[in-house]
Amino acid sequence: MLEETALLRFIPLLPLLGTIVGIAAAVADRPRIARIVSPSLVLLAFVVAATAVARLWSLPAGGALHDGVYSWIAVAPLSIDLAFRVDALSAVMILIVTGVGFLLHLYSIGYMEEDPDLARYFAYLNLFTGSMLILVLADSLPVLFIGWEGVGICSYLLIGFWYREMPNADAGLKAMLANRIGDAAFLIGMFLLFWSLASTGEATLNLQEVNRQAGALAAAMPWVPTAVCLLFLVGATGKSAQIPLYVWLPDAMAGPTPVSALIHAATMVTAGVYMIARLSPLYVVAPGALETVALIGGLTCLFAATIALVQEDLKKILAYSTISQIGYMIIGVGVGAFAAGIFHLVTHAFFKALLFLCAGAVMHGLHGELRITHMGGLQQRMPITGRTFLVAALAIAGVPGLSGFFSKDMVLEAAYTGGHRFVWLLGLVGAGCTAFYIFRAYFVAFRGESRVDPAKWSHLHEVPAVMSVPLVILAVLAAVGGWVGLPGDWLWGDAIGRFLAPAVAASPGHHGEPSTGTLAFLMVVTTAVALGGIACAWLLYVRRPDLPARIATGARSLYDVLWNKYWIDQLYEKLFLGPYRRACDVFWRGIDSILIDGIVNGVGEGISAAALVWRKMQTGNVQNYALGMAVGAVIVLTYYWFR
Amino acid sequence: MQAPVNHYLVLAAILFAIGVFGVLLRRNVIVMLMSVELMLNAVNVTFVALARKGLAVDGQVIVFFVMTVAAAEVAIGLAIILAVFAQRRTVNADEIGLLRW
Repeated sequence: MLEETALLRFIPLLPLLGTIVGIAAAVADRPRIARIVSPSLVLLAFVVAATAVARLWSLPAGGALHDGVYSWIAVAPLSIDLAFRVDALSAVMILIVTGVGFLLHLYSIGYMEEDPDLARYFAYLNLFTGSMLILVLADSLPVLFIGWEGVGICSYLLIGFWYREMPNADAGLKAMLANRIGDAAFLIGMFLLFWSLASTGEATLNLQEVNRQAGALAAAMPWVPTAVCLLFLVGATGKSAQIPLYVWLPDAMAGPTPVSALIHAATMVTAGVYMIARLSPLYVVAPGALETVALIGGLTCLFAATIALVQEDLKKILAYSTISQIGYMIIGVGVGAFAAGIFHLVTHAFFKALLFLCAGAVMHGLHGELRITHMGGLQQRMPITGRTFLVAALAIAGVPGLSGFFSKDMVLEAAYTGGHRFVWLLGLVGAGCTAFYIFRAYFVAFRGESRVDPAKWSHLHEVPAVMSVPLVILAVLAAVGGWVGLPGDWLWGDAIGRFLAPAVAASPGHHGEPSTGTLAFLMVVTTAVALGGIACAWLLYVRRPDLPARIATGARSLYDVLWNKYWIDQLYEKLFLGPYRRACDVFWRGIDSILIDGIVNGVGEGISAAALVWRKMQTGNVQNYALGMAVGAVIVLTYYWFR
Repeated sequence: MQAPVNHYLVLAAILFAIGVFGVLLRRNVIVMLMSVELMLNAVNVTFVALARKGLAVDGQVIVFFVMTVAAAEVAIGLAIILAVFAQRRTVNADEIGLLRW
C-alpha cells in the first residue's frame, strides 16, 4: 500500500536550508547563528522523520510512503521523477541519520566552540545530512546518485576542513579519488542496467521497478545482473571503504572528530551497505555477485581488524575498526541476510559514533593528543567519557546483552547457516581481534598510570554538558539498541528483522530454520571469542604490561607487517600512483608541451613568417593598387570573353 | 545621317583606355583625377549611345546620376589633394605613400 504525502520532501530540505543559513552566517561573520540554527533544523528533520515513520507504522506491513516532488527528466524512454519513498529500510536509515546526526551536531557545538570557521563547519555538516537523507529516501537510482555524490563532496570538504595544513587537504583528495573510482563503476552499472532493461523489459531506473524486473532480467540476460551487481559492489567498496578501495578512510581521520563519527563511522560509509540492501532483489538473482560481496566483507573484516591490533593513534584504531565493522555489514548483506546487515549498521552507528565522540572528548581535553601511549589513567579525570567508552567497547566487542553482540551474532549466524563457513571463520577471528584491539585501547588510554604530559594533566577535565549529553544518550543506545533484534523467538524475537522483511529480498540460501542447538553453539562460540579477546587485552596491558613489547620484538616481522598496514599504501603508490605520475609526466612534457604546443605555436609562427614576405605588397603607392585592379579586371573580362 | 552605334562605342573605348593609362602612369594626382573623369565620361558616352539605339530612356537617366556622382567625387578628391598638399608640399602619387608596410 502506497500512501502519497508531501511530508517526505521536508526531511532533506530542512538540513539543506541549514546549509544556506550557515553560508549566510559565514559571509555575515555571525557564526553563532549557525551554531543555534543548524542543530535545531536537524532536530526538526528528526521530528519530521519520526512522524513519517509513525505514519508508515500505521500502514499494513509492506506499505510505503511516497512523495513525488516533480518530474525531473522526461526524455522517452527515460523518465525520472524527483521522488522520495519511505519503506521499512529507509525508515531505519532516516531515523539513524537524523537522530545520530542531531546528537553529533549537538556535540559539535562544544567541540568546535573555539573554531573561527564554525559557520562553514555547520554549513557543510548540514549539507552532508541533507545529501545523506536524499540518498536513503531516493526512489530511483539517479536521485540516489545525487545523494551519493553529495555525501562524497561533503566528506571531501570536511576531511579537508582545516585545509591550511597540507596533510589534511591531501587526505581529502585521497578520499575523493578513491571514491571517484567507485562512483565511476556505479555510474557504468547504472547505464548497463538501463540499457539492458530497455532491451528486455521496461526501461526504468526506478528502484522498485528495477527490483520488480530483476527476475525477468536474469532470465533474459543472465550475465547482466551479475555485471551490474559487481559494478555496484565496486561503488560500495569505494563509499564503504572495503578492500580494495578502503585506503582513504584511515586518512580521513584528519577531519574534525564529530565528522569522523557522523560521516566516517555512522552514516556515509554505510551507504554501500544500504545500497546493496536496497537492491537486494537484484543481488539475489546474481548469486556469484552476492558470493563476491560476502567474501569482500569477510576479508576486509579480518584484514582491517588485524591492522587495528597494533596502531597507536586512537582515531586510526577506530578507523580500522570501522572498516572492519562495515566488513560485517557487507558479510550480512553478502550472505543474503539483508536485515542482519542493516541491523549491524544500526548498532554500529550507535557504538562507533560513541567511540569517536569519546576520542574527540579525549582530544579536546588533551589538546589534540591522539597517541594512546601518551594517555593512561584518563578515567580518573574524565569519568563520563571513560565509562561511556567502556560501554561502547563492550558493545563492539560483542559482550552478551549489549547491542553489538546481537547484531554481530546475527550476521555470523546467517553466514554459518547459509553455508559460508570460510566467511564465517573470517568474521569469527575478526571478532576476536575486535575485542582485543578495542580493550587494548581502553586499558592503555583510560586505565593504569597516567603517561600524560604533566602540564596537560593538570588542566585535564571532563567535557562540558553539551558534549557529555550526546555521549550518555549514545551509550544508552549502544547498550540497549540491540534488543530490537533478539535471537530466535526469545521475548519479542527479531523485531527489526520482521520490520525490514517486506523491504528487502528473502535470503536465497535459506534452508529452513536452524536448530536451537546450532544457534546456541554459535552464540557460545562468538561469546567465547569476544571474552577471550578481552581477556588477552587485560592480560597483556593490565596484568603483564611488559609482555606486549616482548611479543613485538619476538615476532618482529609480523609486527612490522601489521604496523605498516601490510604496506598497502606503498603498494598502491608503486603499482598505480607511480606509473600514473610517470604517464602524466609523459603527457605533460612530451605530448602537451612539445606536440600540442608545437602545433599551436607553429601555426602562429608560420603565419607571422609568411606575413613578413607578403606585407611587401602594401607599397602605399596608389598607382600600384590601381594597376592591380586594372589587371584583375582585364583577367576577369578575358575569362568571360573567351568562355 | 546618323553615325552607327559602333563608332560611339569605339570612341568610348578609346577614351576609357586613355583614362586608365592616365591613372596608372601619371604621377600628378590632379591629372589622375582628371583621368578618372575621362573614364566616367567614356562610360556616359556608352550609356547614351546604347540608350539611343535601344530607344530606351533608362541609359540617359543613369548618365545624370553618373555626372552627379562624378561632381561629388571631384569635390572630395580635390579637397583631399589640397589637404595633402598643405601638409607635404607635393601632389605626386609616389611621394605620398603613407599607408605602407
